[in-house]
Amino acid sequence: MTRTQDQTIDEILMLAAAQFKVARETLSADDDFFKTLGIDSLQALSLLTRLENHFDVELPDYELQGVSDFRTLAERIQARL
Amino acid sequence: MLDLSQYSSLGAALRDALDRWPNETCLIEADRDREKVRLTYSEFKHAALPLAKALQSFGVAAGSRCAIIMTNQSKWLVSAYAALYTGAVLVPLDYKLTASEQLALLAHSEAEVLVTEYHLWRAMMQAPEFVDFAHRTVLVTESPKSAELGIAKRWEEFQPDGAAAMATTGEPTFVPRQRSDWACIVYSSGTGGRPKGCVLTHENYLEQCVALTSLYPFWPGVRYLSILPTNHAIDFMVGFIGPFTCGACVVHLRTLRPEFVREAFSKYKITYMAVVPMVLKNLERGLRQRFDELPRAKRLMFEMLRGINETFTRKKPRLGLSRKLLGQVHEAFGGELRALFVGGAFMEPATLQFFYDLGIQVSNGYGLTEAGTAVTLNDFTPFRSDTVGRPLPGMEVRIANAGTDGIGEVAIRSKTLMSHYLKDPELTAETIVKGWLMTGDLGCFDATGHLQLMGRKKNMIVTEGGKNIYPEDIEAVFDGLPVKEYAVLAANYVWPRGSLGGKEMLLLVLHLENGETTIPKLVAEIHERNRKLPDFKRVSGYVVWEQDFPRTASMKVKRQVLAEELAAGTSREAIQEI
Repeated sequence: MTRTQDQTIDEILMLAAAQFKVARETLSADDDFFKTLGIDSLQALSLLTRLENHFDVELPDYELQGVSDFRTLAERIQARL
Repeated sequence: MLDLSQYSSLGAALRDALDRWPNETCLIEADRDREKVRLTYSEFKHAALPLAKALQSFGVAAGSRCAIIMTNQSKWLVSAYAALYTGAVLVPLDYKLTASEQLALLAHSEAEVLVTEYHLWRAMMQAPEFVDFAHRTVLVTESPKSAELGIAKRWEEFQPDGAAAMATTGEPTFVPRQRSDWACIVYSSGTGGRPKGCVLTHENYLEQCVALTSLYPFWPGVRYLSILPTNHAIDFMVGFIGPFTCGACVVHLRTLRPEFVREAFSKYKITYMAVVPMVLKNLERGLRQRFDELPRAKRLMFEMLRGINETFTRKKPRLGLSRKLLGQVHEAFGGELRALFVGGAFMEPATLQFFYDLGIQVSNGYGLTEAGTAVTLNDFTPFRSDTVGRPLPGMEVRIANAGTDGIGEVAIRSKTLMSHYLKDPELTAETIVKGWLMTGDLGCFDATGHLQLMGRKKNMIVTEGGKNIYPEDIEAVFDGLPVKEYAVLAANYVWPRGSLGGKEMLLLVLHLENGETTIPKLVAEIHERNRKLPDFKRVSGYVVWEQDFPRTASMKVKRQVLAEELAAGTSREAIQEI
């Protein structure tokens, strides 16, 4: 299935909301997820496994390096789809 | 272990280790739940020697500088040994730095060789500061076959089954080094400002290794789980030099994801692991969650057993007893864990005590790159979670210029002290005074000889991930901010807390233009600039200051005077968090 970037963002937001038990509506693409979700970088890494399974891609830890918003994360995933 | 007093260099000690335990496993690399590499000491040697041969064919000789920028993986160690074999000086750089920062440090260190991973090399080639690397040798690992590497060569070609290695014959020449020769240049900070490249000698490392292994010995069969990158001073020592000179095994895990770290403990029956505070807190959070989820009856039973363990381990650890009483907890750590090492940043005593009460020793200590790795370490006789332990054998630690409360600057003298800062005699002279390293950290000794840290004289923060962040290194990101003038300071530098606990933050001091009131717009701009920095380097608050900043004749901000003026004229409550 071919996804648009917007679809990828939307799915990431849904998965992040489920992982960190927050309402999907409270998250938006340009949020700094460290601040919005109140998580540290290790907790952010734990989201990667869920994203890997969902998108069926392999995301090395370094793909999250320097990334703090959902939109950039979606770009990294989109590049590997 | 090898008798390191008999050796004059890391290369010589490692060379003998590879011959002494040829059939012991020295290195395992796992990615998530997949094992990718497993090498005996003999296989490690045969992986490294063709690389050493190649380095010599590229002109590497005694004193040549060889930089390594890699994530946590086995090729780091193979490359490092190959470089040490040729007499080269290692320049371990942090893969988490930006490509521009890495390029700046490569230039500063005058590295002739760079060993790095494909994704990092690609980022460097795309950086605006990328300059002609044609005069250097670059070896890149794990690059796709079709990848454009520029002048770089594929690292794998220099493995025993690689085309380049098979095309050459003969053994590389081992290049002996003296104890006083440089072994590594390690950057403790200064990526964006004044680079602080600590020049550490072979003696520094050999002495540090002896001191550490006297408290925490390694032997064949011991397995150290490495999750910190090997450029980290702690991992370089306890995840490379220490285990290798004792015939032990290093297990590299290429992910920090908590679920795979937990799995690795059991799968590989881990004996030791070094962590930074953030990882330890994550482990604590996971354990607390599991305890909270226990049914009431089991929870009560668990609390009772933990209470018994606390009672019997008050004076000293009793690992055997703790493993019996709290078997399930210890099994979750693989059942053979002897100790966790935590360092790189301040660790809250409550977390240390939490693990100790479960019978899991978390050895915290105090160290800094300039002094090797560790200067003090908790020796558990008895455990003092509120301190950073006692000085290790061979370390002299004193409190300089102590006040009536006994608090002063921590000063260190030992054979592990760096030689100097690369290309910075002025900073070296300020830092090493009459043979004593002036650390800039404030502390005091208690009656039992345990060191307590009380704060810093330095304008810096240390993150939970163990990163030293100097405000001047990130100031340039805010260039052009629409204010009259600005500076970045560490909040605890302005308003000292008298302890190392509590939140550490960087803040912007803003002197607004006359009549300026558009703070929300300014905050949005600060957010935008912040995004250009890695998350651990971002400013998290600001204070508005209405006076001109004190400046030197060359118009540099006098940070210390500014901090003193702020402390006198405002309070911590003036910080607006962003």
